[in-house]
Amino acid sequence: MSPAPTRAKGRGRRSRTAGPSAPATRTDSIDVDALLADRGTEIIVCCGSGGVGKTTTSAALALRAAEQGRRVCVMTIDPARRLAQSMGLTELDNVPRPVDGVDTSAGGGLDAMMLDMKRTFDEVVEAHSTPEKAQQILANPFYVALSSSFAGTQEYMAMEKLSQLHSDENHTWDLIVVDTPPSRSALDFLDAPERLSSLLDGKFVRLMVAPARGPAKLLSAGVGLVTGALSKVLGAQMLTDLQGLIAALDTIFGGFRQRAEATYALLQADETAFVVVAAPEPDAMREAAYFVERLSEESMPLAGLVVNRSHLDAGVLTAADAESAGRKLADGSKAERGTSELLAVHAARARVAARESRVVQRFTAAHPRVPSVWVPALAGDVHDLDGLREIGELLAES
Amino acid sequence: MTIATPLHVVTGKGGTGKTTVAAALATALAQSGQRVLLCEVEGRQGIAQLFDVPPLPYEERKIAMGLGGGDVYALAVDAESALLEYLQMYYRLGRAGKALDRFGIIDFATTIAPGVRDVLLTGKVYEAAKRREGKDFSYDAIVLDAPPTGRIARFLNVNEEVAGLAKVGPVRRQANSIMEMMRSSSTRVHLVTVLEEMPVQETLDGIAELKDTRLPVGHVIVNLVRGALIGAETAEALESGRLGRKQVAAALSKVAVDPAAADDLIATGHAHLQRQALQESQREVLATSGQPTVELPLLGDAIDQGALFELAEILRDSVLEDA
Repeated sequence: MSPAPTRAKGRGRRSRTAGPSAPATRTDSIDVDALLADRGTEIIVCCGSGGVGKTTTSAALALRAAEQGRRVCVMTIDPARRLAQSMGLTELDNVPRPVDGVDTSAGGGLDAMMLDMKRTFDEVVEAHSTPEKAQQILANPFYVALSSSFAGTQEYMAMEKLSQLHSDENHTWDLIVVDTPPSRSALDFLDAPERLSSLLDGKFVRLMVAPARGPAKLLSAGVGLVTGALSKVLGAQMLTDLQGLIAALDTIFGGFRQRAEATYALLQADETAFVVVAAPEPDAMREAAYFVERLSEESMPLAGLVVNRSHLDAGVLTAADAESAGRKLADGSKAERGTSELLAVHAARARVAARESRVVQRFTAAHPRVPSVWVPALAGDVHDLDGLREIGELLAES
Repeated sequence: MTIATPLHVVTGKGGTGKTTVAAALATALAQSGQRVLLCEVEGRQGIAQLFDVPPLPYEERKIAMGLGGGDVYALAVDAESALLEYLQMYYRLGRAGKALDRFGIIDFATTIAPGVRDVLLTGKVYEAAKRREGKDFSYDAIVLDAPPTGRIARFLNVNEEVAGLAKVGPVRRQANSIMEMMRSSSTRVHLVTVLEEMPVQETLDGIAELKDTRLPVGHVIVNLVRGALIGAETAEALESGRLGRKQVAAALSKVAVDPAAADDLIATGHAHLQRQALQESQREVLATSGQPTVELPLLGDAIDQGALFELAEILRDSVLEDA
């Protein structure tokens, strides 16, 4: 890619506040180093569909920021084993720990943690109820299932942990980089706080706790019909367990709701930057497009799009030309046969590049203002700090 | 006697092409004359895009026909419709179903209450697998484009959790029979992967998890395999430097290609060899799973119907042959 014009701030929202006349060239690129250096950036959220290299991008951004002097905490969710090991993460223990081998000469540092959703949930319960009540909740069979094995809880707890890290009283970190869970849809992460609030405010919850505390008049005919239907479907014992859990959780619901709302506000705030991560494939780019649109609807600050594993640097020789040249050399000398094989490799790569470029054009046509960074596909996997540094370089230089 | 329609569950890490593989597998089954239902459960409309048809409703719809006498039907399962249908079908909750909706319970159950979504999605697949027309099952086979590898055991096993929560009653009975079907010999869970470190590791973890929960593991389907384009002789010449800039540039001039491309071609060649070596080492790691494995090539162009036929042919001779 050609070098991008230098902007005052490498952040999409800055150009947005500057008004619609802000430059919107297609080569607009994220100024990654400006984003990381800006002390006003306190949270970077990396989101996107599964398998696009979100965790690697998060870790590379965090490492680069740390080596440029930021005090960084990176929260990862389910990293690849060797990548986790490279950051000294050997267990899910929810505690940010210093990463060895980071260059701290600029005054920064890097802590890393892996999210343990069950433990995060347990801690919230314990912090907001009496020991007896906490015991009662933790032992409820619905709670055990809810907190450990059901899909959806991970998103809630990632948000919970983010707000805990950000509100840390000792101000241990001035930048938190968050890798989002590998959800069914990238949007689940964004919806988690609101869904939690609506769970707590919902008619259903009020209905479930009503018999435990409300006046009898609430039990209108409609309620009777509903509890009747529920008990028919779920069985009386299951309903009792569920009611027990909701009644017990009711006292700490206020805390949940408040923090969910606060976290949502935090995500909209100026100190947050969203980085949408994608790969140059139709599915991943479609998810990225949804995400970009949602972020703008919700006035959440988008820093830009990172496209990993790109082959767009394939050069000018077309696949067809390479193939035709290769055919002519196929029966020649040893060096010519070798060159013919190299041309075949190039042709395959150029064909991938052409396909990617079509996918990309579709995205940029629809979202011309979104700054982007293209990270070329590497031949090997990234599993050490040097590999992360290399990715950081590639992110910053494009 | 089989207890249900044969069910092929296709999982895979994001980006490995599990939807493509599921579609190719459905195509392969249809080519052998079967009536196949292809289900998706993640609301992505990936099947509609692959077969180039309008977005699928909550309704079984024929999307490809006349393939060797068989047909492919497709269904996008969504949790909300599945719940309303379920309440109607099993409890005849006409008015009460509406009341549940008014109280936000449908919404609660399908979007907020964690886990319920998975119960409903697996429940709908179960319903389709058990459905009969007369004596016979409605379909000869069902292919499920399932959630990703990291979540698959939990997804298929969700009814075990339910059975643990509901100790008696109709929910317990249904959960038990879903688990019975998932664990029976009519079900196979296939894992799609690519030859890269993380997806391979996740596949091995997935297999272990599936086996722990007694779910039947089928084939490992290695997708997007890059063929070797450089022979041993050239590889050796590249590595020793005997095939260098000078030699390549000379060959290029001979066929009127700008010799300045030589350096790029050599670098691309080295990267190709490195990828081949990485593929080979991951292939060895994958072999430790002991599961039957089949490889599908990386196709140069976008996946269309023609490409599906090409992949289907390979799957027919491997996955379906062994089944």
